[in-house]
Amino acid sequence: MKLRLRGVRKSFGSKVVLDGIDLDVGEGAVVCLIGSSGSGKSTLLRCINLLEPLDDGVIELDGLDIAEPGLPPDPIRRRIGMVFQSFNLFPHLSVLDNVALAPRKVLGVPTAVARVEALELLARFGLADKAGDFPDRCSGGQQQRVAIARALAMQPELLLLDEITSALDPELVGEVLDVVRDLRQSGMTMILATHEMAFAREISDRVCFLDAGRILESGPPQQLFGAPQHDRTKAFLLRVIDAGRLER
Amino acid sequence: MQQEPTRRQRWERRQRRRSIAVAALSSTTALVAVVLAVPRLPGYRKVRAAFFDGEIFVDTFGPLARAFLYDLQIFAWCAPAILMSGMAIALARTARSPALFPLRVAATVYTDGVRGVPVVLWIYLIGFGVPGLLQSRTWSNPVLWGSTALIVAYSAYVAEVFRAGIESVHESQRAAARSLGLSNTQTLRHVVLPQAVRRVIPPLMNDLVSLQKDVALVSFLGPVEALRRAQSFKSSLANFTPYVGAALLFLCVSVPLTRLTDHLLQRERRRMSATAIR
Repeated sequence: MKLRLRGVRKSFGSKVVLDGIDLDVGEGAVVCLIGSSGSGKSTLLRCINLLEPLDDGVIELDGLDIAEPGLPPDPIRRRIGMVFQSFNLFPHLSVLDNVALAPRKVLGVPTAVARVEALELLARFGLADKAGDFPDRCSGGQQQRVAIARALAMQPELLLLDEITSALDPELVGEVLDVVRDLRQSGMTMILATHEMAFAREISDRVCFLDAGRILESGPPQQLFGAPQHDRTKAFLLRVIDAGRLER
Repeated sequence: MQQEPTRRQRWERRQRRRSIAVAALSSTTALVAVVLAVPRLPGYRKVRAAFFDGEIFVDTFGPLARAFLYDLQIFAWCAPAILMSGMAIALARTARSPALFPLRVAATVYTDGVRGVPVVLWIYLIGFGVPGLLQSRTWSNPVLWGSTALIVAYSAYVAEVFRAGIESVHESQRAAARSLGLSNTQTLRHVVLPQAVRRVIPPLMNDLVSLQKDVALVSFLGPVEALRRAQSFKSSLANFTPYVGAALLFLCVSVPLTRLTDHLLQRERRRMSATAIR
């Protein structure tokens, strides 16, 4: 798996959200996107998953330009998993069926097999006893772990995590981040948009600071958090430290 | 060991007793007021004789009930046909593919046009118009064209209900489904429609209860169902009691139908969500 972005542009009306993004993500890498709200982190993830069409630019997945207009998006989305800030579980399906739905319908896995595999995934994240419940009966942290299991059930080559802890109570953040640590251990390639700076510093191979739709600065976490080069990066990190979200 | 009731439990028990007493008192008062006041109205005797004649009621109820079976039959084949065509029209209206643009326009024109015309006019138009056009004995059955008219008219209402349900499912549900690789059709089938249909069951039942009554409109084309039977009794007996009998028959179906739906919905809600707000 190799992802390569060049000159990715996207506007909503007259508002430029992505203003020429270049990014390379190799097999097993964990890349964190940081930046203030509206800097384009979520839009970038949605573009990579083809949920938003690009205005211009190239997104290559193993050499295939998936941003090519007219390319059928479904086979590509199968290879890329996505987890959303607001979980977006299917409320009419049990936890187990939430996880088993896509393998059954998209990959044609027999229902019994898909359920067994879904249960294994849920057990891996400590959710086996929740399998028969409906999402509404689960806590936010549990729902988000189910959403991660649901994305993993398709065995994606790349996982996009869009501020997955932003809608959670502080004491539930840890259990979700533990899942992400676990995924890193298993070699999952991931791109995370996040406001959890301490976590970004701990988990990522590379951190990208987005500002007004551009990657202003990127590098290993020690470098970006320890010795930011750009004034706007410094200002952003200072604001984050003031808000108590990052230690000096 | 018996546990001492908590402060809260004692309070709730007291509240419960009080509300039962209040409800009993107010119901009795209302009932007594009606029973005492209505007979004192000046036209009471005449109206009672014209609408609530026990003897006529007993004599006509059997034939009315048999005629009512006809209504039930018409309802039984119209309802599923309406649900299916209503769903098809709603899907056509919400279709996003540009290739389906003409279909979307046709469905919009259909729902707007059909809903603008009273149901009874559709019964006349289709019930008399189509057999008139065909001039064929085998295809002149009034029940067939009466049912068709009901299906044509009600499909438009039901389609709008389904469309409202489909559009009420949040875009993020589609995004989640598509991000898993589900196609547009699969997303609709497995994610959007199950949620949409559940949400619109109450308004849908509302339409079905209306339909159950409007079945009587088919009698304008000739078939002798409960309403028409009551009408002929009224003419021959010079009494309105048969209408009351017919009304009771219609109530016998619509009330349990509504209660059943409410019950099913409540069970569903309990199953899917954690706590109900009292």
